[in-house]
Amino acid sequence: MQFMLLFSRQGKLRLQKWYVPLSDKEKKKITRELVQTVLARKPKMCSFLEWRDLKVVYKRYASLYFCCAIEEQDNELITLEIIHRYVELLDKYFGSVCELDIIFNFEKAYFILDEFLLGGEAQETSKKNVLKAIEQADLLQEPRHEYFNVPVY
Amino acid sequence: MPAVSKGDGMRGLAVFISDIRNCKSKEAEIKRINKELANIRSKFKGDKALDGYSKKKYVCKLLFIFLLGHDIDFGHMEAVNLLSSNKYTEKQIGYLFISVLVNSNSDLIRLINNGIKNDLASRNPTFMNLALHCIANVGSREMAEAFASDIPRILVAGDTMDSVKQSAALCLLRLNRTSPDLVPMGEWTARVVHLLNDQHLGVVTAATSLITTLAQKSPDDFKTSISLAVARLSRIVTSASIDLQDYTYYFVAAPWLSVKLLRLLQCYPPPEDAALRSRLTECLETILNKAQEPPKSKKVQHSNAKNAVLFEAISLIIHHDSEPTLLVRACNQLGQFLQHRETNLRYLALESMCTLASSEFSHEAVKTHIDTVINALKTERDVSVRQRAVDLLYAMCDRSNAKQIVAEMLSYLETADYSIREEIVLKVAILAEKYAVDYTWYVDTILNLIRIAGDHVSEEVWYRVIQIVINRDDVQGYAAKTVFEALQAPACHENLVKVGGYILGEFGNLIAGDSRSSPLVQFNLLHSKFHLCSVPTRALLLSAYIKFINLFPEVKATIQDVLRSDSQLRNADVELQQRAVEYLRLSCIASTDILATVLEEMPPFPERESSILAKLKRKKGPGNRPDIDDPRRNVNGNTEHSDNKIEATNKGSPPSFTDLLNLNSTPPAGANLLVDVFSDNSALAATDVSEENFSRFVCKNNGVIFENQLLQIGLKSEYRQSLGRIYVFYGNKTSTQFLSFSSTVTSPDTLENQLTAHAKTVDPVIEGGAQVQQIINIECVSDFTDAPVLDIQFRYGGTLQNIAVKLPVMLNKFFQPTEMASQDFFQRWKQLGAPQQEVQKIFKANHPMDTDVTKAKILGFGIALLDQVDPNPENFVAAGVIHTKNTQVGCLLRLEPNAQAQMYRLTLRTSRESVSQRLCDLLSDQF
Repeated sequence: MQFMLLFSRQGKLRLQKWYVPLSDKEKKKITRELVQTVLARKPKMCSFLEWRDLKVVYKRYASLYFCCAIEEQDNELITLEIIHRYVELLDKYFGSVCELDIIFNFEKAYFILDEFLLGGEAQETSKKNVLKAIEQADLLQEPRHEYFNVPVY
Repeated sequence: MPAVSKGDGMRGLAVFISDIRNCKSKEAEIKRINKELANIRSKFKGDKALDGYSKKKYVCKLLFIFLLGHDIDFGHMEAVNLLSSNKYTEKQIGYLFISVLVNSNSDLIRLINNGIKNDLASRNPTFMNLALHCIANVGSREMAEAFASDIPRILVAGDTMDSVKQSAALCLLRLNRTSPDLVPMGEWTARVVHLLNDQHLGVVTAATSLITTLAQKSPDDFKTSISLAVARLSRIVTSASIDLQDYTYYFVAAPWLSVKLLRLLQCYPPPEDAALRSRLTECLETILNKAQEPPKSKKVQHSNAKNAVLFEAISLIIHHDSEPTLLVRACNQLGQFLQHRETNLRYLALESMCTLASSEFSHEAVKTHIDTVINALKTERDVSVRQRAVDLLYAMCDRSNAKQIVAEMLSYLETADYSIREEIVLKVAILAEKYAVDYTWYVDTILNLIRIAGDHVSEEVWYRVIQIVINRDDVQGYAAKTVFEALQAPACHENLVKVGGYILGEFGNLIAGDSRSSPLVQFNLLHSKFHLCSVPTRALLLSAYIKFINLFPEVKATIQDVLRSDSQLRNADVELQQRAVEYLRLSCIASTDILATVLEEMPPFPERESSILAKLKRKKGPGNRPDIDDPRRNVNGNTEHSDNKIEATNKGSPPSFTDLLNLNSTPPAGANLLVDVFSDNSALAATDVSEENFSRFVCKNNGVIFENQLLQIGLKSEYRQSLGRIYVFYGNKTSTQFLSFSSTVTSPDTLENQLTAHAKTVDPVIEGGAQVQQIINIECVSDFTDAPVLDIQFRYGGTLQNIAVKLPVMLNKFFQPTEMASQDFFQRWKQLGAPQQEVQKIFKANHPMDTDVTKAKILGFGIALLDQVDPNPENFVAAGVIHTKNTQVGCLLRLEPNAQAQMYRLTLRTSRESVSQRLCDLLSDQF
């Protein structure tokens, strides 16, 4: 996988993960083009499209589009299920995930993704194992007393 | 704010995010962000040391701002500081910031690497994982240099935790992708392969991806993975009882791992070992069988996961291309999917069948689905699915179904989406040509293409139809009749006017017998379109008119009147004006015989691979396309024609198809455009120095020094005394840009002190069909034998092209001719009488012995030809001085032809032995 983008129906980018080295300028250009292309597609259309020399696999969950770019020889259907498994992971972690969870806890969305996919390949496909890793990390949190000692910003 | 906020929430961050979301306008958002940035900056700069929590919170805010699409130019240092925090969440945010906003600032990289190093050495698996994730996310070269040798050790160490192994495997995969040269192979590779046997399926999943990447790089080192992968796959696929627990996904056993294992096996040919091979075949059969079983769940995830494995298995079957039964079964399965209600499956089935069509075992089976595919073309609502259907029709086309498929594609073209029209046009043009038994069908098809989708018919397509009509005399009459009829339409596409003009200009006489298409009717018909056409088309029509004057003397006066009119003779366009003037003049002064010679019918084009095919390949890149092996493929030599082409080149205009007056050349200049890039990979990768045209430049200064399917290099040179200047013209013969173009001059070792050559830089982009010029300044320091080399590099399509050409800079270029009287000549001749000063060579004539040609060559050599010096009038005597920066070398020459023996004797006397020798070698090659 070359990259994964999460964006809203309004075209707002919610998460971006790049597995190939690209400049910020290129990333912005790709994002703009791809968001436009995907948003222009109608509901019943197929989830795959050829885009430049890549294949794009996307799926919409409520107000969010999940979109992956894979290479010529990669498997489209399994990528579609990568998206689904990631959604399941977010869902389980946040408890019925919605777009706001991902906006306010974007760092968690990244952490979960890193446990699931690394270097653009599936690292751990067991839902239990991924969530166990994240929950263990959460247990390492320090107490929250600092809330009361520091100003808001 | 979300109801659930797990872990360690940061209230300040949540408030900030809320503020941003509440902004009513972009301006308000930017204002809020700038306020926040100023605040964070002052906190970071402030005297008071920030505690870890605040640092984490501000770094996180910066990250959020960056992800909103704003630039962030500070905070990196604070993020790096967080790496060394012993609090997990602080470390975690530090790593996240670095992963997202990596900066190649070298000081920071060292600090970051230091942090990673500490965490890798910490033996704390959570910290190790964070560090490994960071390396995998950034994947920079600096990180590869620092860690590429540590990570394999972590990966194969016996005491490494499973989750760390997984991270290490994919971390190594990423480094191998970005810097393969830095990942050392070693004894660890054997142990990595054995991870395929690991008990933990997560470890196997991660390791399989790594092994696949490494096996692509060095297949031999990972051969042992074949049997392990087959065994693993077999256990997952065939044993019904096995419980994979959480690795079962919607009733499908380990779909991700299965796909990865099947992918790994695609790095290799079918296993040689019979038992292994049959075990694999059994796996593949089982996967195919499962597709027929009723689904265990109605959820789309179940069928997707199951079919993901199925499609990967089919990919492996196609890759092996060795088991006819499996191939046919795969084809039947895909055939079922062609009518599936899921659009995704129809799309994938069409795509996968394209590759099946190219296998000899399954080609026929694919063909049986033609009606379904044609139906898909007509009924699919999604353009990307229709595109796949077009691809598949193209792939399954052969002689038996070509007419049907071409007809269907043509009718689809009428309503096709604009985005795919050009590609369909190319495909139709290729199929029509490839499978034409009857060329009238071919002509009809192309004219239909122009009628239906004229705007999408590229130049290559109409060039090609003309090429074919000119080369096949059985179709010329039909072509003339058909274009004549097509031109009757009140509105016809300009491309049709081009084809019509060219074909009637060549073959209008074949239909002139019929009074309905008499010469005058033909002319009037063409001329009625003239004023609606663009300049290039008008230029072509003018050429057709002058051809008419030759073909049909009876319309000469009419056409001369047209040429003479102000709108032609005084046309604002210089090309049109020039043609009108020249053609008018030619028609007035040339005798019928001369006219007939000058305006003779075009000779056949050299047979070459279709340029259309090349264009399609450029559009599509390598991949799904039928095997197009054409026995006619051949690259013609181009040496004889080069002289003529250079004229076009030097004028600075790209060679033009319409330039019919480029008369001497056998293929018209247009042939240059019919580029053959079929063999670009093999032919152009070579960087051998081309010197085939080198010796042709000994006696002349201008011409084409190099030409292949992509590039033509022309030279114009001038020399004065020890200085020279070469104008190099690089002509892009394709319709695609050359990128990163560079051209430099290098000299072999010894030459470096004898000759200086300085090349000006040249524009890095050459547009399709365009030409750029480069100036090379030369100075001859002392006499020399070798020649400098022009090294050219550019990117064409995806590939880097390297071309090296020996530059024709020879010693004789620095000649100044010297006139002298007979007695002076003989006096000097005697002075240069020492044995080492004279070099003599006797050689056989390679060309007819023509006095005028010989004289021209000696003059071209740069030396003065002296009349009435030699007592024998058959002999040639010449004198000159070679100018180098350091010295001047006088030179006398005598050439004695012996017509009876077809031999020459060449004698050179100079004050320097090396000069005599070199000049003798150079000149003796020329006769």
